[in-house]
Amino acid sequence: MCLGVPGRVEKVEGTWAEVSYGSVRTRISVALVPEVQPGEFVIVHAGFAIAKVNQEEAEETLRILGELGAS
Amino acid sequence: MRVEDLVEPFRDRKATLALAERLAVAVTRPTRLMEVCGTHTVAFLRAGLASLVPERLSLIAGPGCPVCVTSASDIATATLLAEQPEVIVTTFGDMLRVPAGGRSLEASRAQGAKVRVVTSPMESLDLARANPGYKVVFLAIGFETTAPSVAATVKEAAVEDVRNYLVFVAHKLIPPAMEALLESGEVAIDGYLCPGHVSAIIGAQAYQPLAEKFRVPCVVTGFEPTDLLEGMCEAAEMVASGEHGVRNQYRRVVRWEGNERARALVDEVFQVADAEWRGLGVIPRSGLMLRNEFARFDARRAFDLSDAPQAADAPGCRCGEVLRGLIAPPQCALFGSICTPESPQGACMVSSEGACRAYYRYGGMEGA
Amino acid sequence: MKQRRILMAHGAGGKMMRDLIVDSIFPRLGGTVLRAGEDSAVLAPEAAAKAWAFTTDAFVVTPLFFPGGDIGRLAVFGTVNDLAAAGAVPRFVSLAFILEEGLDLEVVERVTESVARAAEEAGVEVVCGDTKVVERGAADEMFVCTAGLGVIEGEPARPSRIEPGDAVLLSGTIGDHEMAVLVAREGLPFEAELKSDCAPLGGLVAQVRGQVCVHAMRDPTRGGLGAALNEMAEQAGVQIEVEEERVPISAAVQQACEVLGFDPLYLANEGKMVFFTPEAEAARALATMRHHPLGAQASVIGRVVAGRPGRVVLNTSVGGRRILDLPLGEQLPRIC
Repeated sequence: MCLGVPGRVEKVEGTWAEVSYGSVRTRISVALVPEVQPGEFVIVHAGFAIAKVNQEEAEETLRILGELGAS
Repeated sequence: MRVEDLVEPFRDRKATLALAERLAVAVTRPTRLMEVCGTHTVAFLRAGLASLVPERLSLIAGPGCPVCVTSASDIATATLLAEQPEVIVTTFGDMLRVPAGGRSLEASRAQGAKVRVVTSPMESLDLARANPGYKVVFLAIGFETTAPSVAATVKEAAVEDVRNYLVFVAHKLIPPAMEALLESGEVAIDGYLCPGHVSAIIGAQAYQPLAEKFRVPCVVTGFEPTDLLEGMCEAAEMVASGEHGVRNQYRRVVRWEGNERARALVDEVFQVADAEWRGLGVIPRSGLMLRNEFARFDARRAFDLSDAPQAADAPGCRCGEVLRGLIAPPQCALFGSICTPESPQGACMVSSEGACRAYYRYGGMEGA
Repeated sequence: MKQRRILMAHGAGGKMMRDLIVDSIFPRLGGTVLRAGEDSAVLAPEAAAKAWAFTTDAFVVTPLFFPGGDIGRLAVFGTVNDLAAAGAVPRFVSLAFILEEGLDLEVVERVTESVARAAEEAGVEVVCGDTKVVERGAADEMFVCTAGLGVIEGEPARPSRIEPGDAVLLSGTIGDHEMAVLVAREGLPFEAELKSDCAPLGGLVAQVRGQVCVHAMRDPTRGGLGAALNEMAEQAGVQIEVEEERVPISAAVQQACEVLGFDPLYLANEGKMVFFTPEAEAARALATMRHHPLGAQASVIGRVVAGRPGRVVLNTSVGGRRILDLPLGEQLPRIC
């Protein structure tokens, strides 16, 4: 029930942040993950960051995917 | 790490096909998994995964479609509000076309009601600030993924003392609905794929009591093709080995504890209440309402809604059974004949992630 | 003092209308035929014409000016591309403006200039026109209606010529136009390189047809590639198989779609063409397209099979398979 897209935090200004999805950027609220820093990644849903991406877990998952043949 | 690394590898063809093979091995006997979340259903069908999973695996769509389960009377009430001259109703696009007793927000808009589609609750608050002469009402639907954002917006409205902002709260909660389904024992489900983004808020922990009480596997699953298949593999493997409990496939996003900050905000602004789920009836303590401290933002209290039209579902509509996983969309007599996306009889056909619509559009489990 | 706002009188057929046309429109647009101002444009017959292609279109885009184009440019190219899709060489275009009372005259002049430039780029002449004014609120600033006439010298391209085995080619990236307009219209908080792909395709089509046999073509406008393929499959009575990973899409459009919950396969394009060619000619068609500036990202996206008439199947980029259905209508941003 939830479209959520990963984005990279580029800039934080109070409870708002600029987030990049690659070639597209939007301004979102980080009221739900206020401690997030530029360079970190979040999941964006309805204009809000709802969770921080755990980079270690992400890298571990990527490693497994790599073993399954992912490039 | 680039942001693309969090997307593309999870859509890799080789990895997907490898996981499909693992799944074929894992499903040793007829297995029924329920995907609670509508977005899972659509992601699964859109990626064409139905053609890759073994026939012994049945995937059953559950009640996790917030549009589908928003009560018909709430929708009808929203249209009534929109028709008040001093009101602007703001809504996510998902709700615009949902029919309720012959009414819809889109139909009201065509007759001159002020209805605006927004992509964030904050956008509706901006609209309120920009239009002091109107009462701006935000139709707050969605599960635990969305409720925290609405809570944050209401708090901001309170801090700034915005006088013309109101929220029509129709949020619902997933674990109580799952509990009601499991309690009813209506349909035999071997395991559950739990919604990834709801879980980002409530944590994988939220399913532990259910998993223990009913002795079922619950796998928190992400939304990319590899996530879906991996989640199914874990669930199928647990079923095959007779295991129950909670596993987290979506570890890169979901923590065991979830997002405590988000939950605290929800707790501050909302309280739990009984809620009517379209097709399922009233489920105790399965919805949210605004706390008294925020009563001035409550659209349900601000307007006299006693005249709200009673909206009955179309005769023959079996959305309720679809939402409870009792039947698959094609088993409804109206499916594809009277009930199509162009002329939807029930919410499951009009919602962008309703099971009926997904089946109709993508070819369902028979695929292409 | 010259009136700088459109008034009802500008559409009334009298002196004010005449002044509008003579002062604002003719200096910017039109050759001798248009400026003769006769009730109808009288056009010389063309000896080589085996048939005429005739099309009509209406343009109601908001905002009038968007990244990559405007309503004037869109009107000319949209009309011309419909003719090109039939295998016709576009020749003449008619232009009718429906103006909202109160509209700034400068807007009309800018659009007219744009029409003139577009006509020149497309190699067509605007030969007749009309102006109407409606009351404030009855139009969204400006609507443009056109008709277009093109010459068919060889065999027309039509769905009935499509055969199982044919290759399906697409000249470039999908979704650029509708995404650019949507972001501009809704003021979505997007920073992105989103630009309409609005372009005249007559040249590209002529080049391809000069090299290979083309059975049919369609420009995937409203409803996007998804609608275009479904229509062709239906009209030709064939099944079309599409390879999702061969469909070109820019990163910006892809990401914008993900954030809003849009499906790029159903987004309108205004500078792209779908070609159906015999399989043996596909490689040559592709090479020809890629040599043309408007076809640099051309791709063979699928093929026609006997299958179930009217059905379009998508082989997904992860190796799955599912139906690609007709779109339902306007897409809306969603959260689910």
